[in-house]
Amino acid sequence: MLEIKNVTFEVDDEKRKIIDDLSLTIDDGKFVVITGPNGGGKSTLAKLIMGVNDITSGKLIFDGEDITDCNITERANKGISFAFQQPVHFKGIKVVDLLRLAAGEKISVAKACEYLSKVGLCAKDYVNREVNASLSGGELKRIEIATVLARGTKFAIFDEPEAGIDLWSFQNLIRVFENIRESINGTILIISHQERILNIADEIVVIENGKVKTKGPKDEILPTLLGTSAVDIGACSKLM
Amino acid sequence: MIDEIQKQLIEEVADLHTMPEGAYNIRANSKMAARNTTANIDIISKEDKSGIDIHIKPGTKNESVHIPVVLSESGIKETVYNDFYIGDDADVTIVAGCGIHNCGNQDSEHDGIHRFFVGKNAKIRYVEKHYGEGDGKGKRILNPVTEVYQEEGSYVDMEMVQIKGVDSTVRVTKAVLKDKATFIVHERLMTHGEQKATSEYSVELNGEESSTDIISRSVAKNDSEQIFDAAIIGNTICNGHAECDAIIMDNAHVVAIPKLDANSVDAALIHEAAIGKIAGDQLIKLMSLGLTREEAEEQIISGFLK
Repeated sequence: MLEIKNVTFEVDDEKRKIIDDLSLTIDDGKFVVITGPNGGGKSTLAKLIMGVNDITSGKLIFDGEDITDCNITERANKGISFAFQQPVHFKGIKVVDLLRLAAGEKISVAKACEYLSKVGLCAKDYVNREVNASLSGGELKRIEIATVLARGTKFAIFDEPEAGIDLWSFQNLIRVFENIRESINGTILIISHQERILNIADEIVVIENGKVKTKGPKDEILPTLLGTSAVDIGACSKLM
Repeated sequence: MIDEIQKQLIEEVADLHTMPEGAYNIRANSKMAARNTTANIDIISKEDKSGIDIHIKPGTKNESVHIPVVLSESGIKETVYNDFYIGDDADVTIVAGCGIHNCGNQDSEHDGIHRFFVGKNAKIRYVEKHYGEGDGKGKRILNPVTEVYQEEGSYVDMEMVQIKGVDSTVRVTKAVLKDKATFIVHERLMTHGEQKATSEYSVELNGEESSTDIISRSVAKNDSEQIFDAAIIGNTICNGHAECDAIIMDNAHVVAIPKLDANSVDAALIHEAAIGKIAGDQLIKLMSLGLTREEAEEQIISGFLK
């Protein structure tokens, strides 16, 4: 269980509160989608949970343990993983190398291929490619998601998996998330605007102006959001 | 003839655990320690100065020549002249390299002057590794000069590696290409401490449709200094590309000097250079996989220099 207690995050120079005294509890095994308008603080909150940025005040309690002062590595080793909105390039590091680092052991190529297949990549075409700019945005996103699968941790965060990829890649990616509960045995937290991702959530949390505006079961929250700026039903849905 | 320290140096620079197959010449502390020739590859000591002539017969295929040099005594300073005559249509691998073990207080220096005369349509792959070790105050110095003269249609692929332990290097590489010849270099360099490494390239594309690709990847740590100076001269219809990609750390100093010199409207020459620290988002990604900052840096650097 992750407890976010009265967390505030200010930008150093202006004292502007990106996250403002926010409290939220995420229960074990739940599929939670955080949504809300752009600039509302969603991705910032995700990064605060991973430890990418330090919170200004408040506490983070993970499985009963205060992790507020833990660095990224320590949080990772306690069981939090993170799929970044903008996947990083690495010169000279192959897809299989990255998956091995994620798994924390020298997994076999066959095992690495299994993770790639789960995110819809034809494994043999990718396993020995470098994680560099020769891969498309959609391919990098999938590899990023595969690293989270390979980690197999109890708490997985995905920051806007739909951002920066084209419509056609998104069509395929959404299927990955529809099946993700088979691959991740734990809590899933996704930052997203996409109706189709919201639609597979157990719970939806709406964050606006750095605060929780509303939260609750999907069936309760989703109908109130449709047609607002928080949700992008998008061309994808219309195309279906 | 060859002691344990020398064996270890040979392993580092030539990946050799036992005597290689094919032709070889092993030089240890300024003397020939072992040599083998084959029906197609002959090695002859020079009479007027230190060094060897390597003659590879035309049409020789899938053979290799190993010519490692090791220095395990402190205070040796030598200049060695090695000439390679590669016959037309040959296809061979040449593994050179120099390892210095210096535990003494005097400098050890090996300056290898290598000249390659590459015949028509011949193809060579050349690997040269530099390695230094030992905790003496004496410096480990390597100043290689490589000259390559390529006939029509020949192909040269050079891999130059210097990962650690060499205090000072000035590498000068010159290539002159005739029609349809190709000259490729992959250089990998890591400097640390107060090491200095300079790499100068001058490639003359004189033949029509000749081409070159010079790719340098380097990491400069601590107070070390690197200078990468690549000149490509295009005198006819040709293609030239040079790329210098460096990671700078700590208090290091890295200089990239591009020079493109076109004497023909059909010369297509490109230079790319990038110097920067390890990207913060790369570290964050690897740390989010459970690596410490130091482990993440190590992975990024070893991938970059792979």
